[in-house]
Amino acid sequence: MERWQKAMERAGNSAPDDLPTVLVTEGTHGPVVHAVNRAARLTGIKRGGRVVDMRALCPELRVEYADLAGDEALLDRLTLWARRWCPWTRRDGADGIILDTTGSDHLMGGEAAMLAGMEADLSTLGLTAQLAAAPTWGAAWGLARFGPVRALAHPGNLTEQLAPLPTDVLRLEADTVLMLHRLGLKTVGDLITIPRLSLTRRFSRAELARNPLMRMDQAFGKTAEPIASVEARPPVRALSRLPESIQDPTPHIPLLCEDLCAQLEKAGQGCRQLALTVFRTDGEVRTVRAATSRPNRDAEHLARLFEGKLERIDPGFGFDLIALEAGGVEALETRQRRLDGKVDNDLELSRLVDRLTARFGSRAIQRPARKASHLPERAQGWVSAMTMPPETTDTPARERPIRLLQAPEEIRVLYAIPEGAPAQFIWRRQTLNVTRYAGPERIAPEWWQDRPGTRLRDYFKIEDQMGRRFWLYREGLHEDGRGGAPRWFLHGMFA
Amino acid sequence: MVCTCMAATIKSPSRLARPHSVFRARTLSEVFAETALDAGPSAFVLASLPRHSKPVLWVQDRLSTKEAGDPYLLDVPLLRVQLSRPADVLQAMEDGLGCSALGAVVGEVWGDPHALGFTATKRLVMRAEASDMPCWLVRRASAPALSAARNRWRVTSLPAAAHPDDPRAPGQPRWRAELFRSRMAPPAEWVVRHDRAADRIHFSAPLRDGALAEGDGTRGQFRAR
Repeated sequence: MERWQKAMERAGNSAPDDLPTVLVTEGTHGPVVHAVNRAARLTGIKRGGRVVDMRALCPELRVEYADLAGDEALLDRLTLWARRWCPWTRRDGADGIILDTTGSDHLMGGEAAMLAGMEADLSTLGLTAQLAAAPTWGAAWGLARFGPVRALAHPGNLTEQLAPLPTDVLRLEADTVLMLHRLGLKTVGDLITIPRLSLTRRFSRAELARNPLMRMDQAFGKTAEPIASVEARPPVRALSRLPESIQDPTPHIPLLCEDLCAQLEKAGQGCRQLALTVFRTDGEVRTVRAATSRPNRDAEHLARLFEGKLERIDPGFGFDLIALEAGGVEALETRQRRLDGKVDNDLELSRLVDRLTARFGSRAIQRPARKASHLPERAQGWVSAMTMPPETTDTPARERPIRLLQAPEEIRVLYAIPEGAPAQFIWRRQTLNVTRYAGPERIAPEWWQDRPGTRLRDYFKIEDQMGRRFWLYREGLHEDGRGGAPRWFLHGMFA
Repeated sequence: MVCTCMAATIKSPSRLARPHSVFRARTLSEVFAETALDAGPSAFVLASLPRHSKPVLWVQDRLSTKEAGDPYLLDVPLLRVQLSRPADVLQAMEDGLGCSALGAVVGEVWGDPHALGFTATKRLVMRAEASDMPCWLVRRASAPALSAARNRWRVTSLPAAAHPDDPRAPGQPRWRAELFRSRMAPPAEWVVRHDRAADRIHFSAPLRDGALAEGDGTRGQFRAR
């Protein structure tokens, strides 16, 4: 909800706070409320309710769609950001982060101070958080969602803290909670009083999310539930500390690349991106980037990628630390490609593409990609050479020009002939006479992707008085009901 | 690929010997287009390229792309580089000549830029000969100035040969190719006929009398429609 509010503020159309707003997702029987703002909560709208029912409660309700994937991505980033408090963090479901703060709370001045600090830090990000600290994962989950504000539980008072709370605390599925309600077991305290044996008998075959006994054991620490942290990979980085500040990093690049490639080789990895950062003496940082089309750890090749790019670094008054960091690290095994000791053609070619891309940008280097289409401009497209070469389709049955203009150019017909190519026309301010022609070749519009009303084309191969051969087309026919008189275009040149 | 050379009767056969060895030389050659919009020079270059699976690096500057269009549905695998400055075109060509995985390097430069001087062409020549690779420079809207290119051609489209089935249609393309400067052969002029389907190229001596030139479409067929 807060992410949505922030996005709307950034877009400049923030909604007033007192307008009840809900974010919805698609449910089985129409949209279901996913998140509510404060005004909506005060009018009695609850999460999980259907939007039509909630509209009946509050007619002026504003409804927006929730961005679940965006929420997940934010939570993943936040999980790594939470490493500021402890090194062991992990995302917990769709709406929580679990931190194993064992041994790190005293650095923040105790658990209570740590929770207060967390809340303050998160609120600077514009997020509200419900926090709890407990000896087990299950207890912390329940206390954060259903317990008091910034609940603190110790092994000693865990039972007292959890006992008055509803059975939802135990991370059970909704129908299990409902069933416990019907049995009269409304709080955790009720469940604790039931003999263990009868609970085991009743729920012996239920899986974890439906089994109150196992969940209770987890919450009270009778069963271990370790936290597997998502481990961010350590950066692969080569550093060069200089005794004096310099202005030109060029002589240090080969050594840095060798260092980096040695690290990559040790780990059996290759990199696809490189970032060279210089730390300037006046407290600024400048970065130059390069990329390769396939994972690579060849020091000489990587060093060549920076040719001609280093001039763009603004060295200021000089820098005394150069860092080369590898990005896009992938596994790369050592392989012998050929027995005769020569270099593979594909490898050579990909290196050339890398060098050209590093120098001129990825949009400058392209490969033709043929597609099965009769329209000439669709039959060959251009794709980036950094991608794999596309498989080729058959050559067209009819003769095609060897050059195609980027966009067909309109010509002015001076001397039209019915049922044939024009005898004389003006193109780029030159008057051309047609001596011979072949055609027409009719190419109909592709109704499955062209707009309705697109006109057909009649192509002619013509030869002018100087012997040059061009490809003309007439767009449309007279009285085809799709616009006025047909227009003529020049589209390409023949050999 | 089969090359045939018909010796002319007008000039001595030795002067016109072996155009195809010049045509397929693995060094820098320049082709000048008489008119900028003529596709003949690029077709001439394409006909000379070796037919194997190695890709061709095709470098164009911005004006060449805008005025003369993109290479379209070629038989050779292509790696196209589009650049805005002529100096970048030469740099990319030099990079390409250092790569043994390429079959040939073709560059298109519009006009007479300052960057394309004697030194730049000399660098290309030396790199092309060191890596034993054909390298072509297609020049449009430019006059031949000082250059280190080993062979310099001027190529113009001629009216096509007669179409076997349709008398009103142009058939196989023909060009007039003039080798006006070369290290390997004396200057000469040929009429070149290219059969794209069979990948055959014929060099023959030009006939000075237009009326004798068979099927060039300028006299009898002018108003064949």
